[in-house]
Formats: sequence, C-alpha cells, structure tokens
Amino acid sequence: MKFPALFGRIAFSTLAALIGAAFALPLLWFLFAPFNARAELGLAIPDPFTLSNFNTVFGNGFAMQALWNSLIQAVGGVILVGAAATLAAYALSRSSIPGKGAVTYILLLFSSVVSGSAAMVPIFLIISAAGLMDTHLAVILTFAGGLLPTAMFILRDFIDSIPKSYEESAMVAGASPVQAFFDVALPVIRPGIVVIVVWSFVNIWGSFLIPFILLRSSANMPAAVAIYSFYSEAGTPVVTLLAAYSLIYSLPVVALYLFVSWRFGFRFFGGIKA
Amino acid sequence: MASVAFSKVTKSFGEFKAVSDVSFDIGDGEFVCLLGPSGCGKTTSLRMIAGLETPTSGQVMIGGEDVTHFHPKDRNIAMVFQDYALYPHMNLADNIAYPLKVRGEAVSKRHARAKEVADVLKIGHLLDRLPSQISGGQQQRTSLARALVYPAQVYLFDEPLSNLDAKLRLEARGFLNHLQRDMGMTAVYVTHDQAEAMALATRIAVMDQGRIVQYASPIEIYRRPATTFVANFVGNPPMNLVEVEATKDDGKLQLKADGLTIAALPMTDAIGTALAAGSKLTLGIRPEHLDVAGAGAPNTITAPLFANENMGPESLVTIDRGEGARVTARIFTDDHIALGETVTLGFAADHVHLFDSAGKRIPEING
Ligand SMILES: Nc1ncnc2c1ncn2[C@@H]1O[C@H](COP(=O)(O)OP(=O)(O)O)[C@@H](O)[C@H]1O
Ligand SMILES: [Mg+2]
Repeated sequence: MKFPALFGRIAFSTLAALIGAAFALPLLWFLFAPFNARAELGLAIPDPFTLSNFNTVFGNGFAMQALWNSLIQAVGGVILVGAAATLAAYALSRSSIPGKGAVTYILLLFSSVVSGSAAMVPIFLIISAAGLMDTHLAVILTFAGGLLPTAMFILRDFIDSIPKSYEESAMVAGASPVQAFFDVALPVIRPGIVVIVVWSFVNIWGSFLIPFILLRSSANMPAAVAIYSFYSEAGTPVVTLLAAYSLIYSLPVVALYLFVSWRFGFRFFGGIKA
Repeated sequence: MASVAFSKVTKSFGEFKAVSDVSFDIGDGEFVCLLGPSGCGKTTSLRMIAGLETPTSGQVMIGGEDVTHFHPKDRNIAMVFQDYALYPHMNLADNIAYPLKVRGEAVSKRHARAKEVADVLKIGHLLDRLPSQISGGQQQRTSLARALVYPAQVYLFDEPLSNLDAKLRLEARGFLNHLQRDMGMTAVYVTHDQAEAMALATRIAVMDQGRIVQYASPIEIYRRPATTFVANFVGNPPMNLVEVEATKDDGKLQLKADGLTIAALPMTDAIGTALAAGSKLTLGIRPEHLDVAGAGAPNTITAPLFANENMGPESLVTIDRGEGARVTARIFTDDHIALGETVTLGFAADHVHLFDSAGKRIPEING
C-alpha cells in the first residue's frame, strides 16, 4: 500500500471510530447506570456494583402493572394491525378494483394526521362517545387506525412484487382462493408481515401521548407513561431507578428483534425466476 | 382427457383487444401449439382455457361443457407456468404433491405418488430440497412433475422451455414429445419458437394481433402457409419473400423483379382474382429450396453476395438485393462453398409460393 493511501485509511478509520464512540457512549451509560448505587449522569463503571435499583423497581406495583399493560396494548394492536393489513393489502394487490391505488395513498395521507397530536381532540371525543374511555381497547383501536395505512402500503408493495402465478398455479391445481391464500400466498408474504409486526410493536410500545390521553386509571397505564412515576414531586428524575426501569422497558423490544431474526430472519423470498 | 373449443372468444383489456373473435376446436388427445410473436394473445388465450381470465364475450368449452364462467379449480386442468411458479417455502416433494393435497389425499399416499413422478423426470433424489436449491432445468422438471401428478382433462403449457438454455431445451422438447406419445394427452402449448411448435404439435394455430391466421398441421403450415406472415414466421431461416410485379401476357403470368428470372406461370382463376385486386404480388421460396446455379439458368435470382456461413452440415448463403431485401439459401453440404462477388441462386418452379397484394396465399399456382 502506498503511503498516502495508508494515511487515508488510518484517518478514515479514526474518524469512523470517533463517530461510533459518540453513539456508543449513551448506550454504555444505559447499560451501566442501572447497576450503580449513586446517581451519575456521567459514564462510570458501577462502584459498588448493585442490584438494589432493580429491587426497588420490582417492588413498585404500579410500574410492574404498567409493563403488563404495555404488553396487552402492544400485542393487541399488533394482532389487529397484522391481520387487517395482510388481508387489506392482499385484496388491494390482487383484485382489480378501480382506483385502488388512490385508496392507499389517501389513507396514507390521513394516517399521519390520525396518530399525530392534531387529531387528539376528535379521537378523544370519538372514544368517549363510544364509551371506551380508560380501556385497553381504546388504545388498541386508535393505534390500529393510525398504523394500518402505512402497514397496508408497505405490505401491498411487498405483495405486488410476488408473482401472481403462485396462487394461480395453486388454483389451477384445484385449490380454492382461500386455500391458495393460506397454503401458498401467506407463507410467501410472511417475511413482509414480520416486518409489519415488529414495526407496529415498536411503535405502540414506545408511544406516550395516546395512552396518556385515552386512559384515566393508573391500573391501565402503559410503561411509557409509568416512567414518570420515577420523577420526584419537583419533576427531577430519580436517575438510578429511571435507568433500571428503562432497561427493563427496552428488553421486550430487543427480545422481539432477536426472536424474529432468529426464527424468520429479516429477508424477503421474492420469486425464483425474474 | 377431453376436447377443448373456443367459440367467438374475445378478450379486451380496456379498449385494447388482446384476443379478438377467435374460434377453434382441439380434439381429444390432440397437442395444439399456439404460435406467434410476443404480445399476439397466446398467453391470454391459454389463461382463458385455464379460467384465470374470463372472456369479454364468447364461450370456452372443455369436454363439450361450457366452462366459460367456471373457477380454475373446477376445470380439472393442469398447467405449467413460464416462471414455473414453484412454491419457495415447500420442498420438491410438497410442491409436486400439492395438487393431491388439495384433493384430500393422505400424506404418505401423495408423497409416494410424487416420488413416482419425480423418478420418471429424474428428480427423485432431490425431493427434500427447496426450489431455490436446484438448477433451472430441475425447476422446469419439477413444475412439469406437479402438472403430471394427477390425471387432468387438459394440460396447458405457457412457454415452459423458454427459460432453459439451448441444449436443455432440446432435451426437454424430446421428452415432451415422448410424453405425448405415451399418454396421448390433450395439450395446449404456447410458444413463440416455431421449431418447438413444429416438433411437438399435431396442429399449430398461428396467431397474429389477437387473431388466428392459420390453424393446420405442422406439415400443412410448412408446405402451404396461408399468409406472408405465416410464411415469414415458420421455417428456419424463414421463407424468402420477394416483391414482384405481375402482368398477364399471352394467357400466362409474368413475374418481374430485379435479378429475377422466372418462367411464365399458367393462369388460373385464383391468379386472375388476385391480379384484379392488385398487380404487386409476393413470391415466396424457402431457403432449403434454393441452390447455387449457373448464370443464365431458367428459374434464378441473382444479387451481390452478402454472407456465406458454414455451420457444419449446412451452409447459409445470403445475397443482398438492395434496401435490406435479402434472400437466403440453405445448402446442405459440410464443405465451404467458394463464391464470387455476385451469386445466382436457382429454384424449381414447383417450390414457388405466391401471395396476393394483401399477403394472402394464392392457391394451386402450379396447376
Ligand atoms: N392483464 C392485462 N391488462 C392489460 N393488458 C394485458 C393484460 N394481459 C395481457 N395484456 C396485453 O394483451 C396482449 C397479449 O398479451 P399476451 O396474451 O400475454 O401475449 P403473448 O403471450 O402472445 O406474448 C399484450 O399486448 C399485453 O400487453
Ligand atoms: Mg406469453
């Protein structure tokens, strides 16, 4: 290697390492702080190393119930979004309804409004008129409404890229449309559905505003809201407990990613021949 | 096995007619090829037999029954797709056995049958592989096995060999021909490759722009093409077409074109009718009916040499009559032919085809 090229590589690697470190630091803090008895905003190796923060957090009934609530709302939302988006996207992709392209685009346009804060007042009024205030169902339905258009859009694109001849060959071989869907189309679409499931889970799991507005009782609040119970009356965070709770709060999402990439892999099948 | 029939079938996509007013009959046990250039409506016709497309008007019959509005699953047909359409998540055994699965056969029974068919097609050792783990030729045979695993009334093929390389294609073509002799199946086979159609078909339907221009046996299509389109599509290389100016002289037909000498042809009623419509006729001669001749011989065509290609058992000699009008002779010799700058190609009068000014064949020109 010539000297200038070598120098260039060293400079590039150093720069990349610095940028990497800048991103890694908060993550390291996030991993170390929960095990530190003293509240520190700087990065420090826990000394002494302790699990007492976790003890306190696990002893907090409200915070633990909130994690369970988050799970109910996220899983409920994911099932609704996954099932509805799959069926809707499949229909939009395979049928020849006139104007089906426009339908998806208009829905997509409005969806950014629905889950945005601008729509909070109407959503509040609708949910309250439906008598669903302070229920998990209210949160699940609102998220489903907000996430569905994007999920449909992504999935429809994915299904469009899968040759129709899969289902056609199944039907010619004697399968009904329903059989062709479940035996042939669904398994081929599955990688796309997995993407939707992970994406909507992460979205619901991390959301604060919608549950905060639609829920009343502390027994129904999800973790994103419960985090505020680790703030003192004066509004300053109790860093030690907050860090421990945050770590627990982020584990299900990490676990979901690991499970999905182990079980399905984030890959698309596509056709065998172009 | 069953017969298939189209009766005045039209299929429009919006304003565009992909298939227009097509009628034909396919007898029980016949192997019919739909032959034509890309976009002429072959696949659309096949898909209407399968029920994957519904005609805009007209009827489709299978086994004498009107199936125009039947769902594909109720037609008892088998189809091989151009892209094979193998299910990527199922191994070969499950792929091949899928038609039996939807017919409610038990797993052990359908896998035994899949193995049987796979063995015949020499893919029996690959049954636990996924489609992505086998070669293109093996994928093609898998899709064929899936079509053959159950007894169907009609077998449909949509360019099943077009994704194979030349050598595999010849092999698969021979196998399909053997299969047809063996099973006597009713088959409709779509292709744009005239050699495939000639080799496999009991009858060929030549299609052009959504219509059937000729429906006849391969030999008939080769010997008596109905139009210049058919003449130019069938044969390798296709028939040479030379525009000629025709005049009636002394009760005989005189044909004139640059470099062409041809003895006057006897007049017939058909020629008379054609001449009345226009005097610009088209003379057709197949490359294999041309040979190098001495200058001054009676039936010849002369022009500067364009190409002289020796391909082993035969040579293709092409002369250029100007403005891209070329004439090719196919000469059966395994030796290189020494030629001068100008070449004269000769032909026998009874190998001449004549088409009227609209491109339609003038029948019986040699009496
Ligand atoms: N679903 C469709 N929508 C619109 N046009 C179509 C559709 N299917 C086929 N066509 C058109 O019909 C014509 C015939 O198509 P096809 O039957 O596939 O031709 P071939 O198989 O002979 O190449 C083509 O011009 C094609 O673009
Ligand atoms: Mg086609």
